[in-house]
Amino acid sequence: MNSLWAVTVATLVKDIRLEWRSKDALNSMLFFSLLVVVIFVFSFDPLAEESRHIVGGLVWIAFLFAAVVALNQTWARELRNQVLDAYRVSPAPANGLFLAKTLGNFIFVCVLEALMTPLFVIFYNLHVLGPAWQLIPVALLGTWALVVNGTFFAAMSLRTRNREIMLPLLLFPVSIPAVIGMVAGTTAILTGENSAHFYIVLLLTYDVVFTTASLALFKAILHAE
Amino acid sequence: MTETPAQSAIIVSGVVKQFGRFAALRGVSAEFDAGKFHAILGDNGAGKTTLLRALAGLAHPTQGTIRMFGKAPQDSSREIGYMAHPSLLYDEMSGMENLRYFARLYGIAGDERCAEVIRAVGLDPQLTRPVGQYSQGMRQRMSLARAILHNPKLLLLDEPFSNVDVHSAREMVILLKHMRGSGKTIFVVTHQALLLDGVADEFVWMQQGRIVDRTAIPLRAGEAQ
Repeated sequence: MNSLWAVTVATLVKDIRLEWRSKDALNSMLFFSLLVVVIFVFSFDPLAEESRHIVGGLVWIAFLFAAVVALNQTWARELRNQVLDAYRVSPAPANGLFLAKTLGNFIFVCVLEALMTPLFVIFYNLHVLGPAWQLIPVALLGTWALVVNGTFFAAMSLRTRNREIMLPLLLFPVSIPAVIGMVAGTTAILTGENSAHFYIVLLLTYDVVFTTASLALFKAILHAE
Repeated sequence: MTETPAQSAIIVSGVVKQFGRFAALRGVSAEFDAGKFHAILGDNGAGKTTLLRALAGLAHPTQGTIRMFGKAPQDSSREIGYMAHPSLLYDEMSGMENLRYFARLYGIAGDERCAEVIRAVGLDPQLTRPVGQYSQGMRQRMSLARAILHNPKLLLLDEPFSNVDVHSAREMVILLKHMRGSGKTIFVVTHQALLLDGVADEFVWMQQGRIVDRTAIPLRAGEAQ
């Protein structure tokens, strides 16, 4: 049976296998994020109190830019040898491909976040004053917001001449509400000054709206010439 | 050899395909019988590959219609096996891993069918080398194995013998002859018409986006004299 779930799992396993062998996306993301941390550490020398106010922004900017690297890699793989055409001529549902790519990118960016967050904590001497557990929903929902839009727009810019440039041009403006939610939510938790509840609801709503829209439109994007 | 009643497998009516201001197909109309071997010939830029991509449902006609076994190409994906000039395979995975993934897209479980088609094209299913390290001839065979994996009624092959040594090309022709004998409808775009002499049922000649001749031998009427 080539149900949506079976195709999604098969494609996800294939993508993880390819990434495990090449490590193209993970290596580039890690190197880029590490560079951002080091540059920011040498650029500012903030007190612990100041750190809590600015780190939310720094962390998410680093992850946003690093995610773009992974997002471009995801589809570049499908263009080599025109493998995407093999998917297009098959009866597999278009959304199986989209969900697998989104889940794959979500896993890769989560791995990056898990590796980089301790470095941010050490370099910026961070102590969370608000409810620390709320960082988990903010991180998961924020990451999903980045990758669901990123995967969609990366697919959309696939056939454009300058797709590496097109992706951020399309992705960043659309991501502004999510980035605000991630940065403000993280800052609220780190400083303990406000509740992050509003931002978590904002991110959840954003994710539902954009995931639904992407799933509804992806078939047209996949089969466009 | 199983004889299939001569019914029109494919009906192409007034198909025009434009890329911007350039017309790759200029009003192609033809009927192709089921269970026959059709070789499509013509100079570079004659529209052969565009016609094949339109039949596969990968290029949408600007004007006109295509019916495959009474359905639109997009609704006939289970009946179509498509082999393009590039391999449509992931270079980082072995042949078996590639076919296992594509099998899932067609709802084929298990490895038996994958091993069967790999053996059918003269390769070893146990080969663990990634496809990127295959010779051009092996890659072409594996690409053919991917196209026939789901046992399609219609095979669309774009230059399957290009960059392949004479011996391998002849073996591929023998395999295609067997498939034609089992009732499959086969379209082969090629520049090596003589390889298909005595194998193809008809030679379809294209020039400047139009079908200009259909012959039973790999020579046009003027050339025969």
